[in-house]
Amino acid sequence: MPSELIHKFMRIDHLPHIWCAGCGNGIIMRDVAVALQELIDDPEVNLNRGKVVVVSGIGCSSRAAGYMDFDSIHTTHGRAIAFATGIKIAHPELEVIVLTGDGDCSAIGGNHLIHAARRNIGLTVVTFNNDIYGMTGGQYSPTTPTGDMATTAPYGNIDRPFDIAQLAAGAGATFTARGSAYHVRETTELIRQGIMHKGFSLIDVYSVCPTYYGRKNHKGGAVEMLQWQKEHMVPAARYYAMSEEEKKGKLLVGTLTHIDFPEYTAEYAKLIERAQAKAGK
Amino acid sequence: MSKKAVLMQGNEACVEGAIAAGMRFYAGYPITPSTEIAEQCAVRLPQVGGKFVQMEDELASMAAVLGASVTGVKAMTATSGPGFSLKQENLGYGCLAEIPCVVVDVQRSGPSTGLPTSPAQGDYMQARWGTHGDHPVIALSPASVQETYRLIIRAFNLSEKYRTPVIFLMDEIVGHMREGVVLPGADELIINKRHISYHDGANKQCYYVPEGQYVPAMKPFGQGERYNITGLAHDVSGFPTGSNAVAGALYTRLMEKIDHNLDDIIRVEEYMLDDADTAVVCFGGTTRAVMSAIQEARAAGMKVGMFRPVTVWPFPEARLRARIHGLKRILVVEHNYGQMLLEVQRVAAERLPVEFLGRFDGTVIPPADILQKLREMEG
Repeated sequence: MPSELIHKFMRIDHLPHIWCAGCGNGIIMRDVAVALQELIDDPEVNLNRGKVVVVSGIGCSSRAAGYMDFDSIHTTHGRAIAFATGIKIAHPELEVIVLTGDGDCSAIGGNHLIHAARRNIGLTVVTFNNDIYGMTGGQYSPTTPTGDMATTAPYGNIDRPFDIAQLAAGAGATFTARGSAYHVRETTELIRQGIMHKGFSLIDVYSVCPTYYGRKNHKGGAVEMLQWQKEHMVPAARYYAMSEEEKKGKLLVGTLTHIDFPEYTAEYAKLIERAQAKAGK
Repeated sequence: MSKKAVLMQGNEACVEGAIAAGMRFYAGYPITPSTEIAEQCAVRLPQVGGKFVQMEDELASMAAVLGASVTGVKAMTATSGPGFSLKQENLGYGCLAEIPCVVVDVQRSGPSTGLPTSPAQGDYMQARWGTHGDHPVIALSPASVQETYRLIIRAFNLSEKYRTPVIFLMDEIVGHMREGVVLPGADELIINKRHISYHDGANKQCYYVPEGQYVPAMKPFGQGERYNITGLAHDVSGFPTGSNAVAGALYTRLMEKIDHNLDDIIRVEEYMLDDADTAVVCFGGTTRAVMSAIQEARAAGMKVGMFRPVTVWPFPEARLRARIHGLKRILVVEHNYGQMLLEVQRVAAERLPVEFLGRFDGTVIPPADILQKLREMEG
């Protein structure tokens, strides 16, 4: 029931959104809203909507924070995770969701991404990964595939791309997953699990940018780009049943990392107890 | 808590004063000569139930401080020269989004890596103009360890009252100076709390400001208000605007909230100025040498006094102007190439000679040099 969801969780006064026709970001924003709705409605979780804070940086992705009807803060380029870290440490009871993009979180904000992952602080980071800097008109990003064209790669991109989920996992993230704009149900579930996870979670969601990335690289329109995701990105149940040969050229949609490790703000509470016990001696 | 006399370093006094002011969140990155502030916060904040976090860089520290503050916690960061440069973008975010916080800059010699633990006051203009765009600024500069304790409390009070980052412009001289300090009792201190009440009831617009007021009063995050904060020009509801009229009104209010409250914000120390024909203008760690030189000059029969901005931004223009008619000349003494000098010249140069004594080689200006300069000026 998308219309009900819009009235409940979107700031309809501020819609329609600024994203181009065919952009995948609206789908991903909806996935986040559905995941939150499920957790609010779940009697065992009983997530308090008033305790949810949505944090974003700068770029196409980051406009999502302003459309979502929660406490929201649209910060500076690359710094969403750093702002979110301050929010979470100051008030650990808050459920802090970071909405960011491939450039925002893995280029200008890469340092904050890896260190938040290393600390295992309980943030949920959802990347709207469209392989391009869309807001500024189509420059290559850290996830633009090698050889692809961009306004700043007129002879083809010679950079090697990041896999953001693997980058976060390498930095110590205790929950990492990959979703896509096409795989709505799977992605929503991964975001829900990421929010539930006690520790740093990152869900790298492949968006589509037909306007700047798709057109320049002859990927077709939004439908063709979503079709590519359908054909090349495979949900876990099916992916793990495939042979190594079949997996070639295919990407997992599902969880990449899921481990238990002490969460930062919980450890901080213990640190305060230790400091106060020592001072009291 | 009653009065207590202790031996303390300027950087430590900064932390103790901040905790007395209610600071419960600190984010920072190691850099001399401000490092002791981070180290002391790491020890002291958990003891009072607060949080210290060493972030991955200076930009993250400033961002985390703003994040903590939007949840209603009084927050501070401290840095020195290069780190102050790195914090500037997010500092501007705090100005525009009206997020209270205190940013301590223990100045050192620069530019670039410069002379890392040597005294300097070269960030005076950066404190005013460091972040891009027109923006309001309050900056305070302490001259002693004792004053550091009291003034950092005032920095928090002004920050909360005007909902703007306050820059606490220390320098290596005061930061690393160790001297006896009398800590006032808690009952002697005035501690401001953030106003969070205008939009109770019908008006839920977080940047709503009643007629005749300048400072909004939004509630902290996490209280079910569901409002939006952005670094884009925004309307009273907190959402981005494309209207030049709305943006212009916002920028005007941001400047006016400071400009229309100068008497409340500005503090100046005047020393032996009433009968003086020469005023020495200085701030921060330069002050002690200036006072010493003035005492010697007075002993030699010279009529010299001191005009010291404690609030260094906004520059106390009206206060200085009020003093000009009685003076024959002004000497500005700073540990830089002449920065506050520009402000003094702007206010006074048409009326009387303004001379300068500066140093920027990482050494301190001794009282004897100031005395000699005063003698030369009297001719």
